[in-house]
Amino acid sequence: MMFYRLLSIVGRQRASPGWQNWSSARNSTSAAEARSMALPTQAQVVICGGGITGTSVAYHLSKMGWKDIVLLEQGRLAAGSTRFCAGILSTARHLTIEQKMADYSNKLYYQLEQETGIQTGYTRTGSIFLAQTQDRLISLKRINAGLNVIGIPSEIISPKKVAELHHLLNVHDLVGAMHVPEDAVVSSADVALALASAASQNGVQIYDRTSVLHVMVKKGQVTGVETDKGQIECQYFVNCAGQWAYELGLSNEEPVSIPLHACEHFYLLTRPLETPLQSSTPTIVDADGRIYIRNWQGGILSGGFEKNPKPIFTEGKNQLEIQNLQEDWDHFEPLLSSLLRRMPELETLEIMKLVNCPETFTPDMRCIMGESPAVQGYFVLAGMNSAGLSFGGGAGKYLAEWMVHGYPSENVWELDLKRFGALQSSRTFLRHRVMEVMPLMYDLKVPRWDFQTGRQLRTSPLYDRLDAQGARWMEKHGFERPKYFVPPDKDLLALEQSKTFYKPDWFDIVESEVKCCKEAVCVIDMSSFTKFEITSTGDQALEVLQYLFSNDLDVPVGHIVHTGMLNEGGGYENDCSIARLNKRSFFMISPTDQQVHCWAWLKKHMPKDSNLLLEDVTWKYTALNLIGPRAVDVLSELSYAPMTPDHFPSLFCKEMSVGYANGIRVMSMTHTGEPGFMLYIPIEGMDFIGRDALLQQKQNGVYKRLTMFILDDHDSDLDLWPWWGEPIYRNGQYVGKTTSSAYSYSLERHVCLGFVHNFSEDTGEEQVVTADFINRGEYEIDIAGYRFQAKAKLYPVASLFTQKRRKDDMELSDLHGK
Amino acid sequence: MGRCCCRCCCPRGLWMLSAPCCDDRRMCVCPGPRRIGIPVRSSSLPLFSDAMPAPTQLFFPLIRNCELSRIYGTACYCHHKHLCCSSSYIPQSRLRYTPHPAYATFCRPKENWWQYTQGRRYASTPQKFYLTPPQVNSILKANEYSFKVPEFDGKNVSSILGFDSNQLPANAPIEDRRSAATCLQTRGMLLGVFDGHAGCACSQAVSERLFYYIAVSLLPHETLLEIENAVESGRALLPILQWHKHPNDYFSKEASKLYFNSLRTYWQELIDLNTGESTDIDVKEALINAFKRLDNDISLEAQVGDPNSFLNYLVLRVAFSGATACVAHVDGVDLHVANTGDSRAMLGVQEEDGSWSAVTLSNDHNAQNERELERLKLEHPKSEAKSVVKQDRLLGLLMPFRAFGDVKFKWSIDLQKRVIESGPDQLNDNEYTKFIPPNYHTPPYLTAEPEVTYHRLRPQDKFLVLATDGLWETMHRQDVVRIVGEYLTGMHHQQPIAVGGYKVTLGQMHGLLTERRTKMSSVFEDQNAATHLIRHAVGNNEFGTVDHERLSKMLSLPEELARMYRDDITIIVVQFNSHVVGAYQNQE
Repeated sequence: MMFYRLLSIVGRQRASPGWQNWSSARNSTSAAEARSMALPTQAQVVICGGGITGTSVAYHLSKMGWKDIVLLEQGRLAAGSTRFCAGILSTARHLTIEQKMADYSNKLYYQLEQETGIQTGYTRTGSIFLAQTQDRLISLKRINAGLNVIGIPSEIISPKKVAELHHLLNVHDLVGAMHVPEDAVVSSADVALALASAASQNGVQIYDRTSVLHVMVKKGQVTGVETDKGQIECQYFVNCAGQWAYELGLSNEEPVSIPLHACEHFYLLTRPLETPLQSSTPTIVDADGRIYIRNWQGGILSGGFEKNPKPIFTEGKNQLEIQNLQEDWDHFEPLLSSLLRRMPELETLEIMKLVNCPETFTPDMRCIMGESPAVQGYFVLAGMNSAGLSFGGGAGKYLAEWMVHGYPSENVWELDLKRFGALQSSRTFLRHRVMEVMPLMYDLKVPRWDFQTGRQLRTSPLYDRLDAQGARWMEKHGFERPKYFVPPDKDLLALEQSKTFYKPDWFDIVESEVKCCKEAVCVIDMSSFTKFEITSTGDQALEVLQYLFSNDLDVPVGHIVHTGMLNEGGGYENDCSIARLNKRSFFMISPTDQQVHCWAWLKKHMPKDSNLLLEDVTWKYTALNLIGPRAVDVLSELSYAPMTPDHFPSLFCKEMSVGYANGIRVMSMTHTGEPGFMLYIPIEGMDFIGRDALLQQKQNGVYKRLTMFILDDHDSDLDLWPWWGEPIYRNGQYVGKTTSSAYSYSLERHVCLGFVHNFSEDTGEEQVVTADFINRGEYEIDIAGYRFQAKAKLYPVASLFTQKRRKDDMELSDLHGK
Repeated sequence: MGRCCCRCCCPRGLWMLSAPCCDDRRMCVCPGPRRIGIPVRSSSLPLFSDAMPAPTQLFFPLIRNCELSRIYGTACYCHHKHLCCSSSYIPQSRLRYTPHPAYATFCRPKENWWQYTQGRRYASTPQKFYLTPPQVNSILKANEYSFKVPEFDGKNVSSILGFDSNQLPANAPIEDRRSAATCLQTRGMLLGVFDGHAGCACSQAVSERLFYYIAVSLLPHETLLEIENAVESGRALLPILQWHKHPNDYFSKEASKLYFNSLRTYWQELIDLNTGESTDIDVKEALINAFKRLDNDISLEAQVGDPNSFLNYLVLRVAFSGATACVAHVDGVDLHVANTGDSRAMLGVQEEDGSWSAVTLSNDHNAQNERELERLKLEHPKSEAKSVVKQDRLLGLLMPFRAFGDVKFKWSIDLQKRVIESGPDQLNDNEYTKFIPPNYHTPPYLTAEPEVTYHRLRPQDKFLVLATDGLWETMHRQDVVRIVGEYLTGMHHQQPIAVGGYKVTLGQMHGLLTERRTKMSSVFEDQNAATHLIRHAVGNNEFGTVDHERLSKMLSLPEELARMYRDDITIIVVQFNSHVVGAYQNQE
């Protein structure tokens, strides 16, 4: 085996032969030269990690013409997860980009032996994915459809056909399967060595037993690496350190957060069967049984993804290579039972070894690639979620393209490091999240899955209120966003449990919410949206933005432009709305998960030495979307300002007061296309315009209060309707006039809004209006001389949307959590 | 001879005050022997030791006809119409401990009578009547509850891994209560056990109300304002507690509005009292205030009454019965224990050599506590020095020296008479409530003010046991901690298997693993540390190991007799996360 040869170079005795030797030693002639000589002092690229990803990146970079590359490996080449990898190359993946990567890897490895002369053990076995349930079969059919689109042969087959393809299988409990005939098995360590060898021939210098201590950064740009054998100056650094990538990222002075965490992973090796299995025997994936099974040297190799994973290496680096990890048979027991259920004849097969091979998982089960948002020239390829072999070739190619051309040939946003926010990277978060992610490998992946662990990292200021209203939450970029609101009478358990590919149980709930947006008015909390402010002393802000964005931003102050940031290829990097606040300052709104990416993009393209100020104000505003045909009415009601298109045209922005709050940025636009407004409300505690006035009000009290009146004895069919301007009487005393009114379908009553004053009986002077003053009165509304009794309610806006509860009816259970 | 097991409210001699003593099925028998062991066998109840295997109702007639007093001879027993228990309002099905179906078959009266008469013969083949292990388990596990704190709740990493709780009734209905909840608007978790006496009304009320009072006491001014505003405007309220309840831990729907209004008055006062300075809220102070305030509200509600006759009777029952409380508040490494009465909080500490030691975090408020005796004597005139504690009881009547409710020991005689006279007939007719304690000169004699202990958690502090005295009087604290400690660590310790060169087939390995799993589950048939403790508390023999025969006997006692052999037992075992605790320590 290759690295044993490498070993001898540094004068070590070959480790005792045993099962480790299973990929059988070979003599390779043109292998990578691992050097024990001094490191170069300079290179264009330094790659850290000699596993399959690191060697793949080196291979592709060198193929694309970059020659000045150094690859450093802390132990021996291919001695991490790559060495113990089960060697299954499977193209059946959930994301198209993943399918493409695996497909490319398959083609690459297929010809690698021919290219390098190094045997990789590549055998085209095909693989069969079993379905024990109809839902699983649907999931397979969806993958099958995806594979066929990109030209990977695959088909859905019957259980009977499965039995024909693999005679050891018990197929009685199956409803179907998917056959992918071109999938393969291969020795991953040998693939890595072959890639290293080819890269080495292309001029890549490879050094093993060399640890990267940290990456040197100046002005947000990589300048070199510090190793235990000296420094290397470089422009690019590539972190391919696998399980150690997180640790390495944090070792910088300016840390690069690479959220991943290892879990122990077990598979079983057996001695050959009596009639040894043929090397072409297809690989079996029984996801419902949580196991995979491949042939291995006439016997079988079988592992799985258990429900109760064991995270490992939380404390960080403790081994240079993976060795001597404990076998845990009790932990493996459920998987063994599953294996014997699937292949009962294996009972008599002799055990060779239970291998414990940690695998690295990411918070969303997708690998991590791309450039760090914090440090330019710092690239990452890691977090393979146990598919390092399948993705290694393709991912290495995309990353190499990214480095050489500035962007890869495919859209890899789903895998981009910048999809993660800073909060999704604490050790504790990762430890808990990967415990959820690893079982997901074989869980049925139904639409709209939400992770359960590591939630509530970031919440809107309205979180508790929305939660109290029955909000169900999803997480985006670490931010909690309400999905929908469960009405009080709905069976919660049924909602949470219905996870299928068919019509979801929340359909009716969302339908009524949409109806409300379409026909009336709704408030949507959109605080999670990314918000930047760009200001300058001169015209630089406009100049830079004009350069970065596709639409003309030289619009009059107060106007909003929908636009996008394009890359050199003309593709969208980000779509956003930009409001011109004044001549020299702009307010930019982008989707939630663009926070890191968009920031990095702007930073990268802003002139370095300008007096341009870019500020992330996402956390400084609560953003409410007032949406629906009645949004205009609500807002004009609250702001005392006409909001009709004449006064407030579409795509227009201005600061105004709404209700009692001042300095609210109101924009006549929505992100959904419905009529409505966005309200950006400065979060309390921050100084904002009008804050002093508000504080004053808070201290002194207010002299009028907007109050809602519900007409009690009014007959909509027979009586005159209230419209606006009707006098309001409190205990027989005139206290103000209504400002508007409407029939409430939900209350089945007429509702009027109006300001209540407190005029001194003696002097007529205005006095402070307290909540108590409002609540303690008996009210009447005078419609054309006839007084109707009315009930007064404060907080009209909230009460329009919430179920009204009488405070007399409140009880202890109102204070419970759900 | 031993203690009266209805230790709280049955003074020697009091029973004589109430006429026909034994027709009250809710009688409270106070024999000396708590343990079924030596004393019973030796003297007063030969009948039981022989006929015990047959759990029977045959004793009903005996009890009814006052035979028991004869059998017991000198044994102290008392009875009064328990306020709570004579009430038909209590939903019996929720409270009553329902025996295993198999148990019912033992109890057919005819058969039992026959057994009784043939009792001695049956003593020779007693196993016939034992509960089977699954039957024992279903009784022990009927009330068990476990809560595992989500490892990551987003806001902070919890120093609590989770808790196990369970209770075994001796009274019917059980008078103990338990509560556990997470504070939602502040950090921390609340856990408590409540031991009721003279019925369960007071312990029930305290178990559902006290945590709200504590949570409210801990809330910052702004949050109180926000909640008040929400109430005022009819908006949905901020949730302040997340309860972790066994389905049997019910909350009374009827009084919920009344309780809410009292609570609201409390926070309104807190809002009004706020001076505007944002001072850090002191947990100790909050706990003390909450206890005192709730007790005050219980007392006030009973004085004011309620127009609804059911509620009116309820608040009176709550006030005239009593309850002790032992509550832990855990927030990170800060552990506060507030204790009123004789339940106990015990910390399980693992020493470096792996052995276990017990650290008591609360003081019992009873006659065994010198400081409490001192306190009582100081609070009352010298002339009462001899009468305030008599025969180890408050005024010769009450065992715990601090408790919720028990207005008989708090109100002036005038007030008691006034309330009883204007109260419903049930109250007026009740001898117990009407009875004024002897030497009652300078009330109040009783307080609900807790003693608060603070402990900063260390990595070696592995768990906390909160339990009512039903546990502590059957087991030594050291044994309690050792049993829980060994149980909790044993769950993780098992010799791993290695193939190591032997020829093993998959089938053999599978068989071996399956066997290990079954063995594991039989060794640890309890998935709940509290259940495990109860199993030991009830079933331990002289050698400190669980004796199934004994366990079976104890659990098959008819509910009328169970109270003679044991008290209600309620246990919460809180397990700490040493890693988190250690991390806190390292931060400093």
